[in-house]
Amino acid sequence: MVEWLESVLAGAVQMGTVYLLASLGEIYAERSGILNLGLEGIMIMGAALSFLFTIAYGHLTALILVVIVGMLLSLILAVMAVSLRLNQVVVGLALTLFGIGMSGFLTHPTIRGSVLLHLNPDLPETALIIQEAPKLPEIPIPGLADIPLIGPVLFKHNILVYLALILSFAMWFILFKTRIGLSLRSVGENPAMADALGVNVALVRYLATLVGGALGALAGAYLFIGFQPFWVEGMTAGRGFIALALVILATWNPLRAILGSLLFGGVEVIQFRLQLIGLGAQAPQFVLMLPYIVTIVALSLLSFESVKKRIGVPAALGIPYSREEV
Amino acid sequence: MSESPLVLMKDIVKRFPGVLANDHVTFELRRGEVHALLGENGAGKTTLMNILYGLYKPDSGEIYVKGRKANIRSPRDAIRLGIGMVHQHFRLIPTHTVTENIILGLKEAGFVINYKKMNEEIKRLAESYGWKINPDARMWQLSAGEKQQVEILKALYRKAEILILDEPTSVLTPQETRALFRAVRRMAEEGKGVIFITHKLEEVMEVSDRVTVMRKGRVVVTKNTRDTNPQELANYMVGRPVIFEIEKKELQPGDPVAVIKDLYAMSDKGVLALKGVNLEVRRNEILGLAGVTGNGQVELVEVITGLRKAVKGRVIIDGKDVTNRSPREIMELGVAYIPPETLRWGVVPSLRVVDNLFLKAYRYPPFSKSAVIDWKKVYEKAEELIREFEIITPSPFVKTRTLSGGNIQRLILARELSGIIGGGVPKLIVAAYPTKGLDVGATEFVLKTLVKYRDMGSGVLLVSEDLEEILRVSDRVAVIFDGKIMGVFKSSEADIEEIGLLMAGVKEKAKAG
Ligand SMILES: Nc1ncnc2c1ncn2[C@@H]1O[C@H](COP(=O)(O)OP(=O)(O)O)[C@@H](O)[C@H]1O
Ligand SMILES: [Mg+2]
Repeated sequence: MVEWLESVLAGAVQMGTVYLLASLGEIYAERSGILNLGLEGIMIMGAALSFLFTIAYGHLTALILVVIVGMLLSLILAVMAVSLRLNQVVVGLALTLFGIGMSGFLTHPTIRGSVLLHLNPDLPETALIIQEAPKLPEIPIPGLADIPLIGPVLFKHNILVYLALILSFAMWFILFKTRIGLSLRSVGENPAMADALGVNVALVRYLATLVGGALGALAGAYLFIGFQPFWVEGMTAGRGFIALALVILATWNPLRAILGSLLFGGVEVIQFRLQLIGLGAQAPQFVLMLPYIVTIVALSLLSFESVKKRIGVPAALGIPYSREEV
Repeated sequence: MSESPLVLMKDIVKRFPGVLANDHVTFELRRGEVHALLGENGAGKTTLMNILYGLYKPDSGEIYVKGRKANIRSPRDAIRLGIGMVHQHFRLIPTHTVTENIILGLKEAGFVINYKKMNEEIKRLAESYGWKINPDARMWQLSAGEKQQVEILKALYRKAEILILDEPTSVLTPQETRALFRAVRRMAEEGKGVIFITHKLEEVMEVSDRVTVMRKGRVVVTKNTRDTNPQELANYMVGRPVIFEIEKKELQPGDPVAVIKDLYAMSDKGVLALKGVNLEVRRNEILGLAGVTGNGQVELVEVITGLRKAVKGRVIIDGKDVTNRSPREIMELGVAYIPPETLRWGVVPSLRVVDNLFLKAYRYPPFSKSAVIDWKKVYEKAEELIREFEIITPSPFVKTRTLSGGNIQRLILARELSGIIGGGVPKLIVAAYPTKGLDVGATEFVLKTLVKYRDMGSGVLLVSEDLEEILRVSDRVAVIFDGKIMGVFKSSEADIEEIGLLMAGVKEKAKAG
């Protein structure tokens, strides 16, 4: 029983890391006023590219490249939404569609080989057709990893899991305790005021969007090389949208995002478990549905003005800013 | 004078699509003076100051600060030059604390913000101007007067020597206004220069050393305040002599047309906005509802017109209980409604003028027969209404959004009052902030129209944040504060001091009439 609990909790932490990384980045973007509905697309690109880059260059280079691509993709959104002041919903959804299509294209069995050879001409034949990549190694924390229950749940993971947790605390601190964080929060609440006090609204929004893109791509990469290093087309399966809902449940607070991630991660893990022991043919689907139901409910609640005010949606979320327009 | 002025703006030109907002404007601010910038709405005052503050880029012209040519491209540049601006519409973040609002963007705050030290400094600065502010309070908890103090502190904390206040008194009670004037004089004594934007003549006379009058984007004159008088300033401001009096027949108010009994209602935020309102509007009278914006006025008019549900209490119109009936039922009883924020609630900006004129009447004969609109009749009547209500529009068929604010308000008056809906004079006219944002000419037209219908037999409920306006046209004044009626007075016997106190919620010597 303890073993079962242990493995479910550890699984929740691992699965939850996907949501945590993605929602942390999105929290910063939304705090600055940019709603990135392209998150799903950026995540799936992150996953697909981590697959290709890892085979071509190994883990470290792959992670660095994936983060750069994530930033480039979100840069598109930033240019469209901040500089050209286009509708963020439309641009974001376009980005998601692009990501899904592009990731499928690059990893398609008939294309993938030549893509990989372009990346690294020295790859052996076999590397061009495998569906797998080496998983990120586990790094048990010496001493702590051996504590019963707590050890395996918290201290026996790969580097990205630790990174996500550390980032949660660091990003919370920056957001609420530092000058940069105050500028970030203010730009998303009232850009006109921030502008009048000399804050560079566009710059803050660009940077926050880039942070969101970097972490979104990293979340996708983690899903593949850190969690399930077997490529399946469309493997993010809407988790980008779940992360968007998680941001709301976490009320734009990086620490609360940890709890939300564990919850969503846990639900998914339990559902896997139930499937493994062959429990109920319909039940798994039902449990699997839960994150989506929570997402839909959260997003619909958000359309009520009164709910919006109470939970503290950044007041300028989704609204472009321009100085001379009233 | 050897010392160069704090600010010299030379030949500033700024054009917006379709308007010349600033037409070769020259303006000077000296050290130690309060310089009033006077002009009607749309004269270009805010535009000029937004240019000085780096928010707008001038098409041409030069700016000198303390004798040196300045290239101000953003508020950041302006702040560095010692310029601070308090905007007409507060630029604040309600969910943040006072301190957070003030120190935003300040390098001196440190990378990790030292809130304790900042709180201390802000408190001390506020106290030096006689203000008591809790730096840890969230902005939404503050009154309008306190919010404004925070706005001013933002500038002072950045060591501004040039302070721009854009229509600072529009949200204040008379007492808060006086406190503001004291602080402003104090700043001038310290050697700062204060630019005080207003369209109210008494304020110019009371607080300023010099005054510059603007009209239609141009500077008309700059004078020492002691060398001029309100009548002269008014003439400069509107370009023609204004009649300050509105003629009103002496009438005995008749039976009540609207009776409001112990009314309770929620605001959009889900808190009680009306807490037991009792009011009576009679035939042949204008009842003015005075109060600082946001004390339940909008909720009250919305409950009366059926747009908002009452949770308790009754609304009786012309003897019928209409509490929580639909807006259409209430309208059909002869209730005319001039909503607040006309462009948002009063018209559909993308529809034609004629469509907006008949937005309510289209469903009734003679304009429609068995669900088909008789456009010929509609067009004929539209032409007539445009003439009668002096709506300036190229034709009845242009998009309504192309009209100026004053003409949109005339359109609404025509739709609501002309009798095209029920025929005849409305029994009750509910007018919520009908002159807000309008220039003197349009304001006069609106007020005269309300008086005209009062003379013809309507009962009028006039909600306004301009106490002077209320006293000019109303027969009686009711004061609302925090969802309760604080007192009702005959206008002729009203004491401005007392009303001001009641508007601020102070009820020491209640002698309701
Ligand atoms: N950002 C803007 N875009 C377009 N027109 C504007 C803008 N700001 C002001 N205007 C126009 O410029 C004119 C002057 O406006 P403003 O400076 O606000 O006047 P005031 O402050 O004296 O009431 C008005 O006709 C107004 O409609
Ligand atoms: Mg103005």
